Amino acid sequence: MPASSAPAPALPAEPPRRRLPRLPLPGLLGLAVILFWLATALFGPWLLSPEANAPGADEVFGRLGAAHPLGTDYLGRDILARLVLGAGYTVGVAIVATLLASAGGTALALLAAVRGGWADGTLSRLMDTLISIPSKLFALIMVAAFGSSVTLLALTAALIYVPGVFRIARSLAVNINAMDYVAVARSRGEGELYIMRHEILPNMLGPMLADLGLRFVYVVLLLAGLSFLGLGVQPPEADWGSLVRENLGGLPEGAPAVIVPALAIASLTIAVNLLIDNLPGRGER
Amino acid sequence: MNALVLRLIAARIGLALVSLLLVSAVVFAITALLPGDAAEEKLGLEATAETLAALRHEMGLDRPALLRYGDWLAGMAGGDPGRSVVSGALVGQLIASRLPNSLLLAGLTAAISVPLALGLGIAAAMWRGSRFDRAVSMGAVAVVSVPEFLIATLAVLLFAVQLRWLPALAYTGPDAELAELARAYALPVFSLCCVIISQMLRMTRAAVVDQLRAPYIEMLRLKGASPLRMVLRHALPNALGPIANAVALSLSYLLGGVIIVETIFNYPGVAKLMVDGVTQRDMPLVQTCAMLFCAAYLLLVTVADVLGIVSNPKLRHR
Repeated sequence: MPASSAPAPALPAEPPRRRLPRLPLPGLLGLAVILFWLATALFGPWLLSPEANAPGADEVFGRLGAAHPLGTDYLGRDILARLVLGAGYTVGVAIVATLLASAGGTALALLAAVRGGWADGTLSRLMDTLISIPSKLFALIMVAAFGSSVTLLALTAALIYVPGVFRIARSLAVNINAMDYVAVARSRGEGELYIMRHEILPNMLGPMLADLGLRFVYVVLLLAGLSFLGLGVQPPEADWGSLVRENLGGLPEGAPAVIVPALAIASLTIAVNLLIDNLPGRGER
Repeated sequence: MNALVLRLIAARIGLALVSLLLVSAVVFAITALLPGDAAEEKLGLEATAETLAALRHEMGLDRPALLRYGDWLAGMAGGDPGRSVVSGALVGQLIASRLPNSLLLAGLTAAISVPLALGLGIAAAMWRGSRFDRAVSMGAVAVVSVPEFLIATLAVLLFAVQLRWLPALAYTGPDAELAELARAYALPVFSLCCVIISQMLRMTRAAVVDQLRAPYIEMLRLKGASPLRMVLRHALPNALGPIANAVALSLSYLLGGVIIVETIFNYPGVAKLMVDGVTQRDMPLVQTCAMLFCAAYLLLVTVADVLGIVSNPKLRHR
């Protein structure tokens, strides 16, 4: 499959990547689901009536129905409302943590690649140490030490995935750093910051963005797992992982309250995977 | 075995030990130095400056951090990590009573998932591009992008609630019959297998496919060797290093998996002990469990690397 089947006339003022990339159907599907959850997280809470989150007089672990489209939870609350409110935590915290991890890891990697020497050695050694603590374990240690809060969750998830980002970004940056144009910039007398920002960073942006998507999936799964253990977002607030946990009592009855939030998490992570796998320029190798 | 291989292995083990030491410093720094101190926590609201100072002195918290780290490390290495803050029991005994359970769970999972993943991975590589290959790969991606607790929850829903084949709780007590034992372990082991199989399968498939693309396979095909012989006799021995590496690495994902699975099935293993410790903020317990898990993780990663070195004929025959 050729990357660009449309004829690309030689117009230097209009680089071809400015056009909307064409996505295969699974990719579009993934993108649609991601946009749907983003919109839910951003605008959903405004559309809910204020008492939507209050314990209702309705039956506990209700089935799907007209009054409650996705059933009710262990206190008789509307699952749809809980899900919409939880989207903010699940999607929001994960986005913040992923961006922090990616920015932090990339910045440190640039520093290590451009400085080299002992800065590179120290940073690489430190990152290797952090990477040899399994992610869930690290999160458990942080929660045990500091107690759980949304800020801590975001920071912990960011800290956990910095080493992974660092490894990939460093290997990219070291390669680019050896290019001739970087040597030219150096001999022009450009500063380190200029070389990092204008010479190296733009050339590693593509792979780093794909990596960003994958990290996002890991972060969503990690945070959901923590909340599921009761160590993530604390009640009465709830992300999708805590929704599964608090309604686990409905499992023997097969209540939608357990299954719906779990499926919501799965739909989000699978959608991101679909989108990344179908991004233009990938899969050809 | 020659001197070069031995030297590489020794270097790898040394690196692992250094990593473990650094990890212990990180764990100690997070849990014992940063967040206030244990004396404050113990006294709570009744803390006055004098009682706080007295208790700190009694607990040894007024000594330099480096000394405390040394003591802590010595206790950990000597098998005496101290007492639980919550129950007062010896942490060593608490863990010793739970460790066999966790090892049994992990061992059963490995015994089932490793042959299964290797078989599926090799088959997928042999018939790559076929419908079977695509189905297996799709399944692996789907399982990887789904939280562990979803798999476990759905498994309970299907097998324990709907079909009523299996019990939803795992632990049966020490003297259960074999059939009962198998039924009790089926669901937790199944959930854990799902967590690690997909990774192992994908890496196995990639390693074998990599070999099948090599020129010597082309030569074999021209000579008329059967596909089975090509894969089993020729490609597989060369892919053994990467595969062994994949197996050891995938087994290290067990560590994350058991934390969730032991909690769901209320299984009395070390991971459940640690989660309970985190909930009650029982620091000595959390520290010890954390070091145990990190050591296991580093062990598996190191074994993966050593297998990679040993199975590389370029290094072995020199």
